[in-house]
Amino acid sequence: MKNEKIMLSNIEYLPGYTITRHLGLVQGSTVRAKHIGRDFMAGLKNMVGGELAGYTELLNESRQEATDRMIAQAVGVGANAVINVRFSTANIASGAAEILAYGTAVSLTRKE
Amino acid sequence: MENIIALAVVFLMSVVTYICGTIGEKRHYRSIREREGRLKNILVFNEKMPPAAYLKHEFTLVAGSVVMGSDYFRQVLAWLKKIFGGRLTSLESVLDRGRREAILRMKEEAARMGAKAVFNVRLETSMLAGNQTTDGRQQKLFCAEFLAYGTALYIPMNAS
Repeated sequence: MKNEKIMLSNIEYLPGYTITRHLGLVQGSTVRAKHIGRDFMAGLKNMVGGELAGYTELLNESRQEATDRMIAQAVGVGANAVINVRFSTANIASGAAEILAYGTAVSLTRKE
Repeated sequence: MENIIALAVVFLMSVVTYICGTIGEKRHYRSIREREGRLKNILVFNEKMPPAAYLKHEFTLVAGSVVMGSDYFRQVLAWLKKIFGGRLTSLESVLDRGRREAILRMKEEAARMGAKAVFNVRLETSMLAGNQTTDGRQQKLFCAEFLAYGTALYIPMNAS
């Protein structure tokens, strides 16, 4: 994890925390594609079925990238957490995918 | 003559992919069952609100994903079955394996954090377009991404 300070969650209300400030929607997205060789190998693997590790890796990398960009935006507005995070994937062309991560940037403080 | 060769190629591909697909499926199910048994002490909920017992826990986002494809033979079976409609059993196993694998990977990430429970788990499926073949024709082999994500609750290591 690049930024340890930012807490992420896909729940709106965290037990033991209070939201002191709402800082609005933050998002990060990325469009990625594998090179032709990997795409070709995945096509061959698709013939025998099972996991297509090349694509899994591609999507995981892009999801991490999208999350990092979202976190950078949250740091920019002075948040210490992003809550209600959602992921969405769109296939925009053969072998290329857009990954979007979005959530609400907030300031959280621990309840005593 | 050309038609016979084409038919023979399709037949050979079906046999080979059937054998590979079946072996792969068996192996995958064995691994899924084994890991599900190992990770059964991590509780997974799709409830939003964690109960009061988790008040002192820290939280983090965990996710697991996998891209699964169906093999050629099962795809042909599915095409044939579509004429009559009904259950496409050959594709059901691919979806089942993909979703369970995604949940398992999410649980594995939660286990690395030392979490005991994952809340608000969401499952998402997205189709990936078929691969382009060299002659520009679109292959319509089934290929989908399965994503599971949720909020893992854990007790921080340096807690007093």
